[in-house]
Amino acid sequence: MNEILKMAFGALGVNKLRSILTMSGITIGVFSVIGVMTAVSALRGSIETGLSFLGSNTFQFAKWPTGITGSGTDWQKIEARKRITFQQAERYAEIMKPYAEVVCFKVFNNDSLVQATAGGHKTTPGVTFGGTNEYFLIANQYSIEAGRNFTGGDVDMVRPVCIIGQDISSKLFPAQNPIGKTLKANGRTYMVIGTFAAKGTMFGQSEDDIIMIPISRYLMDFGAERYSVNITTQAPSQIAYNATMDEGISAMRVCRGLRPEQDNDFEVYSNDSLIAAFAKIADVISAGAFIISAIALLAAGVGIMNIMLVSVTERTKEIGVRKAVGARKVVILTQFLVESVVLSVTGGLFGIVLGTLAGDGLAMFLKVSIVFPWGWALTGVIVCSVIGVVFGLYPAWKASSLDPIDALRFE
Amino acid sequence: MTPPAPVESRTVRPVGPLVISIEGVTKLYHMGDETIHALRGVSLEIHRNEYLAIMGPSGSGKSTLMNMLGCLDTPTSGKYEFSGQNVASMVDDELADIRNREIGFVFQTFNLLARSDALKNVELPLIYAGLPPQVRHERATAALESVGLGNRVHHKPNELSGGQRQRVAIARALVNRPSIILADEPTGNLDSKTGVEIMELFEDLYEKGNTLIVVTHEESIARHARRIIRLRDGLIESDGPVD
Ligand SMILES: Nc1ncnc2c1ncn2[C@@H]1O[C@H](COP(=O)(O)OP(=O)(O)OP(=O)(O)O)[C@@H](O)[C@H]1O
Ligand SMILES: [Mg+2]
Repeated sequence: MNEILKMAFGALGVNKLRSILTMSGITIGVFSVIGVMTAVSALRGSIETGLSFLGSNTFQFAKWPTGITGSGTDWQKIEARKRITFQQAERYAEIMKPYAEVVCFKVFNNDSLVQATAGGHKTTPGVTFGGTNEYFLIANQYSIEAGRNFTGGDVDMVRPVCIIGQDISSKLFPAQNPIGKTLKANGRTYMVIGTFAAKGTMFGQSEDDIIMIPISRYLMDFGAERYSVNITTQAPSQIAYNATMDEGISAMRVCRGLRPEQDNDFEVYSNDSLIAAFAKIADVISAGAFIISAIALLAAGVGIMNIMLVSVTERTKEIGVRKAVGARKVVILTQFLVESVVLSVTGGLFGIVLGTLAGDGLAMFLKVSIVFPWGWALTGVIVCSVIGVVFGLYPAWKASSLDPIDALRFE
Repeated sequence: MTPPAPVESRTVRPVGPLVISIEGVTKLYHMGDETIHALRGVSLEIHRNEYLAIMGPSGSGKSTLMNMLGCLDTPTSGKYEFSGQNVASMVDDELADIRNREIGFVFQTFNLLARSDALKNVELPLIYAGLPPQVRHERATAALESVGLGNRVHHKPNELSGGQRQRVAIARALVNRPSIILADEPTGNLDSKTGVEIMELFEDLYEKGNTLIVVTHEESIARHARRIIRLRDGLIESDGPVD
């Protein structure tokens, strides 16, 4: 076997350029599918394990759907929806009290890039800046590093206080305790009452580059009429999740003043629906990659067959010599089959390496953890071997059944 | 190289058992509507340790007969027994095995693998005989030394002279210790001096007990053999010892 492989590499080495060109077809085919699969599984892995922007057993109501939506979304209808007001949100929380304690309200800055300053220090523009209540921690899986969380009082009293992420803390208050200090965000002054523990990044965005203030204060400072409140509700347990969501939806309908025959005029989404939406997109991209690779691999297979046929013709005399000194049919068949498999698998290995690099490059760009797609790589190698065998079989068979005398006479 | 031994002093070694026996062998080639009778019924017996020359004008069927004796080709009709085995009815792989183990074929055009060095070329039959690399290497080196190419083992065919290439081809024919060595016009492509060297090598092989069949159209070459068969139009015209 060793011998045959050496022979195959030797034979392919004679026509390096030709071999490389033939291989590149396979490389491209494998590259596209492995690249996409690596990127998708890196994203999927990070979404499914670390779906950290939503807490467990939570669902959300919002005017706007998330960025991830299928086609066929009726944007005009959504546009026409009335925003969810703070009053509606408070009423909702009131109604939901018997079913769910954790009801988090959120509004986020949605126009100009926010830059925070404090004592001559500046953050980069584009800080996540918003208003919320004391349940922000639970609903969004943040925790307090130092200082304290918001209280109901902060919201009720509309206090100008804030909790800041580690990025902000280190930029505005390097080597100091930020608690009790003040900062300016969007032209208003807030006192730091706490810092969030570092969380890392999600989809290329730091989650520590954040300033949150009481929602009541936010709406007062920046105009209640300009914001629609996002409501996150956490069910007390996994078991109560569906029931709580049903209660939540009817409570929300009441708050929104909907008549029974009217459709919901708000979006409902949950971790599951986000995962499902992502999975749907991932499936479409994967299917696309599959089709492209299948076509590329088919074309590459035909290319291999073509080159192998040329090679058999070119080496007719060699085949004749080998047969004349006693090579059996199966030996010649194997020799050529191994050559085409080596060609195809080598091309495939390059494709796997390049595809993984590209996919993980994207993953790194998006700051999600990189993966090596063992399953896909193995599948790739197997598929390439099969391509090598299938498209090499006819040329190899042709070589093995040459008549020794005719082959030797071939000029 | 020692000068060729004078003809009178040559030994005629006692022949061994029967190796090749053909009877009424014909070979037809179809070229469109036309049928070419390359062999029209040839019968022949060759014993171990014979030294045979096959002569005849161009197109008389020498190569056709040789290819058949070398199991590269099968007869259209007739009987061919090699060491008592019926060759005519053998399938491709059986023929391949016979070629590998029993026959050393020296081609007029050398037929070496251009990309492999002398050693690899000589090793080729041993690879197909399934011998381990170590043994192959030793035997191929020994075979090359026996034809005087011990210092050329890593030369590729295009780095060798015509005579050296022919000797590589002979080493390859010898290396698997075949029962019989067949050479189709082994000196046809060589100048007369190199031709003489090759014939001396054959003489040597004969003296060592090998069986040799050499096709030639040169009387002087044929006279190195101990028996001459003359072909004409696909039939044996004469068959007898060298006088
Ligand atoms: N593959 C073939 N197809 C058709 N005819 C063939 C084939 N091989 C040989 N012949 C014919 O068979 C006859 C014998 O050919 P062969 O090669 O045996 O002659 P030869 O005695 O070796 O001649 P030379 O001395 O020129 O080599 C010739 O007439 C030749 O044309
Ligand atoms: Mg001839």
